[in-house]
Amino acid sequence: MDISEFFDTFYEEALELLQEMEQILLTLDVAAPDTEALNAIFRAAHSIKGGAGTFGLVELQQTTHLLENLLDATRHGELRLRRDIVDTFLETKDMLQEQLEAYRASEQPDAAAFERICAVLQQMAEAEIGGAATAGAAPAAPVAASRPGPESAAAPEASTAAESAAGAAAPGSQGSDLLEVSLLGVGDKDRDLLIDELGQLGDIVSREGDAQQYRVTLRCSVSPDDVEAVMCFIVEPEQLAIRPLPAAGEAAAAPVGASEPAAAAQSAPPVTEPAVPVAPAASSERGKSPPDAAKGGESTSIRVPVNKVDQIINLVGELIITQSMINQVAESAAGAGALSNGLNQLQRNSRDLQEAVMSIRMVPMDYVFSRFPRLVRDLAAKLGKEVELVTEGKSTELDKGLTERIIDPLTHLVRNSLDHGIEDPDTRRAAGKPGAGQLLLSATHQGGNILIEVRDDGAGLNRERILAKARSSGISVSDSMSDEDVWQLIFAPGFSTAVEVSDVSGRGVGMDVVKRNIQSMGGHVEILSEPGRGTRTRIVLPLTLAILDGMLIRVGSETFILPVNAIIESLQPRSEDLYSMGGGDLLLKVREDYLPVVPVGQAMAVANAVQEVTRSITVVVQGEGRRYALQVDELIGQQQVVVKNLETNYRKVPGVSAATILGDGSVALILDIGDLQELSQGRRRERAPRPEQTSLQNQPEEAVI
Amino acid sequence: MSQNTALRDATEKSGERVEFLVFSLGEEEYAVDILKVQEIRGYDNVTRIANTPDFIKGLANLRGVIVPVVDLRIKFRLDKVEYNEQTVVIVVCIEERIVGIVVDGVSDAMSLTAEQIKPAPEFGVSMPVDYLSGLGSVDDRMLVLVDIERLLTSEEMALMDSAAS
Repeated sequence: MDISEFFDTFYEEALELLQEMEQILLTLDVAAPDTEALNAIFRAAHSIKGGAGTFGLVELQQTTHLLENLLDATRHGELRLRRDIVDTFLETKDMLQEQLEAYRASEQPDAAAFERICAVLQQMAEAEIGGAATAGAAPAAPVAASRPGPESAAAPEASTAAESAAGAAAPGSQGSDLLEVSLLGVGDKDRDLLIDELGQLGDIVSREGDAQQYRVTLRCSVSPDDVEAVMCFIVEPEQLAIRPLPAAGEAAAAPVGASEPAAAAQSAPPVTEPAVPVAPAASSERGKSPPDAAKGGESTSIRVPVNKVDQIINLVGELIITQSMINQVAESAAGAGALSNGLNQLQRNSRDLQEAVMSIRMVPMDYVFSRFPRLVRDLAAKLGKEVELVTEGKSTELDKGLTERIIDPLTHLVRNSLDHGIEDPDTRRAAGKPGAGQLLLSATHQGGNILIEVRDDGAGLNRERILAKARSSGISVSDSMSDEDVWQLIFAPGFSTAVEVSDVSGRGVGMDVVKRNIQSMGGHVEILSEPGRGTRTRIVLPLTLAILDGMLIRVGSETFILPVNAIIESLQPRSEDLYSMGGGDLLLKVREDYLPVVPVGQAMAVANAVQEVTRSITVVVQGEGRRYALQVDELIGQQQVVVKNLETNYRKVPGVSAATILGDGSVALILDIGDLQELSQGRRRERAPRPEQTSLQNQPEEAVI
Repeated sequence: MSQNTALRDATEKSGERVEFLVFSLGEEEYAVDILKVQEIRGYDNVTRIANTPDFIKGLANLRGVIVPVVDLRIKFRLDKVEYNEQTVVIVVCIEERIVGIVVDGVSDAMSLTAEQIKPAPEFGVSMPVDYLSGLGSVDDRMLVLVDIERLLTSEEMALMDSAAS
């Protein structure tokens, strides 16, 4: 069996374990840590170490080994946790992650960083627990001391006898020991695989049992931990129980050795007992894993490559299109009652199927939110602020593609809140607020959208400063602007670079990038702020990028699609509401606003589009924060469309965000509202210096009217 | 040139024949490596794309996949560009991208041996020599062998983003 095939599995599992480790560390009560939590972190480190050993990842193994020793001491109460110790653990976790990434990229981890973290951990071990955890890859001291035999049986620390039950026979121990490996509820196929694996680790002495419990006695020179690490790639840890049989092995040869550990355990029952709950690794896993598994939901999920899911989504999209094609035919066929009943049924079924399939791509927002506790903790410490992070709506689901893309903008907003929003504790107290600021991250569903909010109770935005900054950077502003408009100013390109640069939020990524990112996901962002009370940033995103609510429009003989969420209203313009400007521009007065009119026919160079604005329909749209009126010939109707990327086989087309396939099988372009206006402006500028050409171009179009 | 020799080397080495799909552009007969061809279909209505060169006819729906359709006759300025029952679209797969090319007709598939493949002519055909991989002569027919991959990924075809910017 080629073990390298399993590296990806190990990598993903290890990443998850590290994530879990971080989460526990962050929520850990330093003064009174929960034993169960400490055990969980220890197990995570332990599992990674086992895997690292199996794959021969030396640096990873040694780092986890040192960490494991410290964690072991912690859960045994030998090492008292302090905030700086937790910090070091967190730092180690980062280092482990970096090492993993390096291995994955088939590189060697950074040697200097490795040595540094080892030195830090060793130093901590020496300082805090008197060097009980020794350096290098040597096994933990208590394990070595408890090797079965006359001398260890005589040793007074009977508690280590329990430890030896699982931890005995570390790699250092010479000779071979007997292990009893019990497989609980393992199927025949997996069992054969496991027995093959065991056969490679040592000699199988006996095997017996059934599917419920199958016992294999193995004579080998590897530790139970290593056996477990190898087998965990095939079965779940709770399906395994590994127990050394030192007594049975040496019973015949040395009856004294066999009886003495038993005697020691008997003679000191009070001491052995407390040791039981903390018996490490293999034996403890059995008891504790079921609740863990339930919590992680691991057993009820499967890992599927995204491209497989996308393929299904595409196919279902096709199904929907085919089905609406049949519908169109059926509608024109007369007297087909039964057929249309059947088709209605099919329509419902396919919609349900589509919804079910789309939900595969959905992941809970926890995926995004879970990275913030660490970020906020580190940042707050760096800035000397106290911040309490609250997350709401972790289970709200969002398309996986979007969750990945929302992380960066959200990170930026959180950094901004911490850096510029929340004040330092003294200022807060002086303002009559609690010293610790509150940062709220929330996600809720709102119709077909998801609303993500970043809210802080800090100082709020400073209207005067923003206006002043806008003036100095050449943005035209007036003092009578509404607050809402003033807050929008911070999204202007180049604006945030003028804000004082700190190493926290001055990463060269401005709010304009945040806004652009969100818009590129089909969403929008707005800010609400109150001086002294805090700032709220609201991000509204569509739930998925794969399906779009579209408004079909006709221009000339061509059909285009507008995203419904960009449409504000549509109206038939009256000539008295139209104002012509220089350069052929038209403005349409809609209530109090004058909106530029952008003819789709012109932007998309449609030959036979209606030219007269009063004979066409205008659709008021909002894109990139600007409103304007799109001139179209006709509104056909609203329809959900499957979004198809043009770049798969072609390239980006100006003014077009994607394409879709209509019910009749033809391709229709989805217009990019933000891009369209620029496109039309660009065309007009192009044409402006050459008026004679403009009139030439217009001629055939005028002939049509 | 190197393409040309590579092609001949390949045929010589394996001693096998390379199979080509023969199509016509105007009066000339061209051929492409048949392994690059995914399918052949009639010229259907395509959706026009604004602000693109005229030889990019638009987008077509190929069983749910949206593919660009290029008219090589317009690209290489052939005198007559007609769309009739003979007009076909050869769907090719290049670098995992699918592109349809409009031609005047597809005649047959033909396998050529190494000695039947001659160096590409320097002039005399509508297509620039950069995109040719040789000349195939079969009996009294002359086939212009097109390096379809190089042609469709070229900057002047503007089919890909890197080429566009």
